[in-house]
Amino acid sequence: MKKMNITKTTKNNLITYLMVLLAYLAVQMLLLTGNISSLMKGLLVPLCIYVMLAISLNLTVGILGELSLGHAGFMCVGAFSGAFFSKCMDGLMPDSLRFLAALLIGAAVAGIFGILIGIPVLRLKGDYLAIVTLAFGEIIKNLVNVLYIGKDKNGFHFSMKDSISLHLDAEGQVIVNGAQGITGTPHDASFTIGIILIFISLFIILNLINSRDGRAIMSIRDNRIAAESIGINITKYKLMAFSISASIAGVAGVLYAHNLSTLTALPKNFGYNMSIMILVFVVLGGIGNIRGSIISAIILTLLPELLRGLSDYRMLIYAIVLIAMMLLNWSPKAIEWKEGLKRHSKKEKEVK
Amino acid sequence: MALLEVKNLTISFGGLRAVDDFNIEIKKGQLYGLIGPNGAGKTTVFNLLTGVYKPDEGIIRLEDRDITGLKTIDINKAGIARTFQNIRLFKELTVLDNVKVGLHNHYPYSTIEGILRLPKYHKVEKEMNERAMELLKVFELDGEADYLASNLPYGKQRKLEIARALATKPKLLLLDEPAAGMNPNETGELMDTIRFVRDKFDMTILLIEHDMKLVSGICEELTVLNFGRILTQGKTGTVLNDPQVITAYLGE
Repeated sequence: MKKMNITKTTKNNLITYLMVLLAYLAVQMLLLTGNISSLMKGLLVPLCIYVMLAISLNLTVGILGELSLGHAGFMCVGAFSGAFFSKCMDGLMPDSLRFLAALLIGAAVAGIFGILIGIPVLRLKGDYLAIVTLAFGEIIKNLVNVLYIGKDKNGFHFSMKDSISLHLDAEGQVIVNGAQGITGTPHDASFTIGIILIFISLFIILNLINSRDGRAIMSIRDNRIAAESIGINITKYKLMAFSISASIAGVAGVLYAHNLSTLTALPKNFGYNMSIMILVFVVLGGIGNIRGSIISAIILTLLPELLRGLSDYRMLIYAIVLIAMMLLNWSPKAIEWKEGLKRHSKKEKEVK
Repeated sequence: MALLEVKNLTISFGGLRAVDDFNIEIKKGQLYGLIGPNGAGKTTVFNLLTGVYKPDEGIIRLEDRDITGLKTIDINKAGIARTFQNIRLFKELTVLDNVKVGLHNHYPYSTIEGILRLPKYHKVEKEMNERAMELLKVFELDGEADYLASNLPYGKQRKLEIARALATKPKLLLLDEPAAGMNPNETGELMDTIRFVRDKFDMTILLIEHDMKLVSGICEELTVLNFGRILTQGKTGTVLNDPQVITAYLGE
């Protein structure tokens, strides 16, 4: 029988933190000794971003139990609001403080969007909810694509048409330029900052799960009617989980924006294929399993790069690995085998 | 003074009057039974009492407070908790956590205190654990506190559902077919548990049941429903010997 207790969850959480820490140290060692290709170096920050996206989506999918396909939309909101702030305040504030503020703003704006979208969307269930979040994700991306914001001494100018209709002064500066996005965002992101942000996200999510609010959220997932009958405020806790999930995605977006010189909302980075890729991380790592999300995000991000040498066969092997991982994780026989192993090792311990 | 007072409760689904002019008065500390053939509207009455459905007509008063039309969570806060005919536990949570969710509204701390693990979190969680274990002990579930709820045997799942309902500190406990699917031994044990809950928690209990042994064994008063209407009401012995009731159950 499956057993869980408090000390065990604490132990589990510690293992998760330790795993991230070890991965960080290992990469730092490689960086110091110079045993890492420039290609891999370029992947380090995106890796952190994907890990954050995966664990935050797991809060919605695994803990709240609602399928969301619009997660990249929240990342997009965070990325643009964070980059917009950085662009406006560049040179006016100390860099580190400005970046910290950008992260907080990205989190806050994405969180607010989470609440705004969550209020209508969370009334739906299952497939319906998935489709509507997908639509919202696309709407966000497309809106950002036609958004023009400029700044001159009269203040901010907005337009949904083109940059000329902003009617800026001679010294005015276009900050968000429609489909061309935001250019020249300061490059503040680094691997270390990414890891710190992963730690903070993990801390928030794991502690939330193992608290009174987390139990309420999971009770809604397991049985909404029963949760209601014992006085759990369904709307409040659904929105709480959804908006925290959105704000962490927003922070990942800010990190993303500060890792690139040009930020544009393309289907590739903020579209539904991105949302689905994040969902794949979550499903493969195990729905509701935060550590699994981290591992699968890392493997599935590195895999296409490691297989680059195989050129044409790359995506084929990627797909095969996906299927193999799924079988290994979720087929009843594999689960039985793993349980057997666990029991075996337990017995050995008891004998000693 | 009656703890629960229901007057003229009526609800229709389409053209069907599922519950029609339902009246009941339950005194504090009573063990009250609601019986009737399948489809008589018993569970609908429970759903009306707990705010799952809004009545078309009628008044529900709990300790003289009008709770008609309140939302389910507010009715629970007002003091009515229930169990379900088809068990509804939080399957992926542990037995202990199931009860702790029930304690939710009585042991508050803020989200920030929970995430940052401030002293209040530790203090309240400890109190919650102690209280939850106390409740589990009453139902002899303390040994299984760490099991997932879905791994409990059927009879214990029923008990856990009652424990969870009691965790919300209700004034009135509604049990929807607590003995469904139980063998005579388990039913006997359940009767003891229900009596024990009433005495130990000073609880008022309204239960729906088909098992006549259980009904005649523990209920002091009965209301019999048939086709959504009250057939008869009164002391258990009198009601069960009423020819109308026998006809309703067994046919002419």
